Amino acid sequence: MDPGFFAQYLINGLVQGITYALVAVGFTLFFGVLDVIKFSHGDVLMLGAFTALALFLGLDQLSTPAWLSLTIMLCLGVIAMALLGALLCKFLVLPLKESPPLNTLLITLMFGSVIREGVRLFFPNGSNPKPFPALLPETSINWGNLNLRLDSVILIFTGAMAIVLTHLFIQKTRMGLAIRAVAQDEETARLMGINFNKTVLMTFALGSGLAALSGISTGLYYQEINFSMGLMLGVIGFSAAVVGGLGSIYGAIVGGLLFAFLQTLGAIWFSVPAYKDVFAFTVIIMLMAWRPTGLLADRSAERV
Amino acid sequence: MSDKLKLPNVFIVLICCVFLIGCSDQPETIKITFIGPLTGGVSAGGLGGRNSADLAISLRNESPDSNYKYELVSLDDECKPNIGVQVATKAAADKNIVAGVTHYCSAVAMGTVDVYHKFGLPVIVWGAVLPDITYGNDHPEIHRVNGTMINQNMVAAEFMIEQGFSKWAVIHDTTDYGKGHFKYFEKALTERSGTILGTFGVNPDQQDFTAELTKIKALNPEVIYFGGLAPTGVRIRAQMDKLGMDQVFQGTSGIVSDAFIDGVGELAEGVLAFREGAPTEKLPGGKMFMQAYEARDFNEPAEAYGAFAFAATDLIIDVIEKVGPDRKLIREELNVIREHESIVGPITFDSHGQNTIALITKYVIQDGSWVLWEDSEYASGNRSLK
Repeated sequence: MDPGFFAQYLINGLVQGITYALVAVGFTLFFGVLDVIKFSHGDVLMLGAFTALALFLGLDQLSTPAWLSLTIMLCLGVIAMALLGALLCKFLVLPLKESPPLNTLLITLMFGSVIREGVRLFFPNGSNPKPFPALLPETSINWGNLNLRLDSVILIFTGAMAIVLTHLFIQKTRMGLAIRAVAQDEETARLMGINFNKTVLMTFALGSGLAALSGISTGLYYQEINFSMGLMLGVIGFSAAVVGGLGSIYGAIVGGLLFAFLQTLGAIWFSVPAYKDVFAFTVIIMLMAWRPTGLLADRSAERV
Repeated sequence: MSDKLKLPNVFIVLICCVFLIGCSDQPETIKITFIGPLTGGVSAGGLGGRNSADLAISLRNESPDSNYKYELVSLDDECKPNIGVQVATKAAADKNIVAGVTHYCSAVAMGTVDVYHKFGLPVIVWGAVLPDITYGNDHPEIHRVNGTMINQNMVAAEFMIEQGFSKWAVIHDTTDYGKGHFKYFEKALTERSGTILGTFGVNPDQQDFTAELTKIKALNPEVIYFGGLAPTGVRIRAQMDKLGMDQVFQGTSGIVSDAFIDGVGELAEGVLAFREGAPTEKLPGGKMFMQAYEARDFNEPAEAYGAFAFAATDLIIDVIEKVGPDRKLIREELNVIREHESIVGPITFDSHGQNTIALITKYVIQDGSWVLWEDSEYASGNRSLK
């Protein structure tokens, strides 16, 4: 294959892979601290993107410069979803802590439907795809057959930075230490004086904030968002987290990139690219049968 | 005793007579259903069609000559076959609804034809273009005022070859609509010695097309043919730009809407598409229709197929006025419609209920609007497609 085209596939795959990894990191964090699967994660992502769009529409009226709009959208979008994540945890997930895990799974699934249908019904014209503003520079460079756009590079860089910062936060800060302690053994962590509820809320806020970032990046890249975008991204993010090893951040990154790689491969191989998702999910199923605990779960002794 | 009973009886009968006479002064209200996508990605076309059908109904209700009052029952099929079958069943099972103006999306129309046949509800399709909707069955209930994609793709292939293009890459969605377009375009193109370098069937809900487009970039075609509807078309055209691709983008009737131009912005310039019929203002009754439409202050534009929805509704009303509000009689009368005057030109249904007029119009986007090819600067040579 021509190196230019190869690099183009690589860049396309990287943008998608980073998006999936951001979603997968959320799933992995929630599972790490509380052993729960939050199925409304994809819908929180979508709501993050819609919140940013609503902010943009407001700021546009005040003719705010693009860079300022983008900063405000990004900050407020992420903060709003982090708050929502924490609230969801406080009022829906923690009260059900002692009940069977299936209940948490169902309640988050239903909460996701409420968010999705809420946006569809109450956002003006919410059932139609919404154009998302192109706020990133559209400069592009041509190297042979590779067309490298600055916005793709910025999105890959931002996503990667977010994951690195999350990792550093968990490894280097006191709150990170608390999260790791809770992930390893809740009772012992409590005995050592760690505020369990605060730690769990913080983890949910962190994961949901990352989902919002992922949703806004998706909007900026494709310049379009819709109320059902979180469904597929949620399923893919969850699969990526599981195949990488639920509870491991590295696993989530590997899973996300792997899924994007499989989709790209599927699109290249099959004459009907609609089969690319079938292909990617089939490979994921086979990997899960081969390594039920995930690709990286064995190597990381602790979860998170 | 018997005399005592008779008097109240006579009184009751008298009251009933007076009541019935009073009722006959009020024309009976006849229900006609309109089904199309009123929400979702292609709702612009559906709302335009709904408003146009509504216009036909209200114009007739205002006319002193009509024998009945008409009421439009609008239902939303969301351009999804499963929802379409649900609402079609709802309409067909309602005995008060005597006929329907149905469907903009081919995949939905394909799913519902059997429902109408089973319940015996005569319908006229106003927007869907897949040939099999009328030609794939022998149901006497199914009719269509607009043309089909067979004629559309024949004209498209011939025109593009005339413009000097010879190499295509095809992206089509995997619904009946997209697959049908690909099938008839490929047939028309190979008959005229054009070459298709690669074909890509994609999911209409798919968001990312960069992998498919990179593959197309490697094939280096002159034209990218897209068989599908506006939302998917918008994504593909926008992502072509992300990969630095400047091939000519050729669409089908499914992208001829303002929503496509709004979604793509400046990149829309020079996009080509083909559609059955003629632009609304050039139709025989187009001016009257546009004036009446604008006078009503609808929130949405009539869009490309509005005139067909109007013509279909108007035809149904004409038939009801003639034979009365009975499903069977309406069906029989529709099946013998020949040279019936309408705003889209004379309507003649063949043995499958298909309107035989096959006028196809070529469009190009110039300065942010759909322009007739013949009127465009591209045709006069002032601008070029590449």
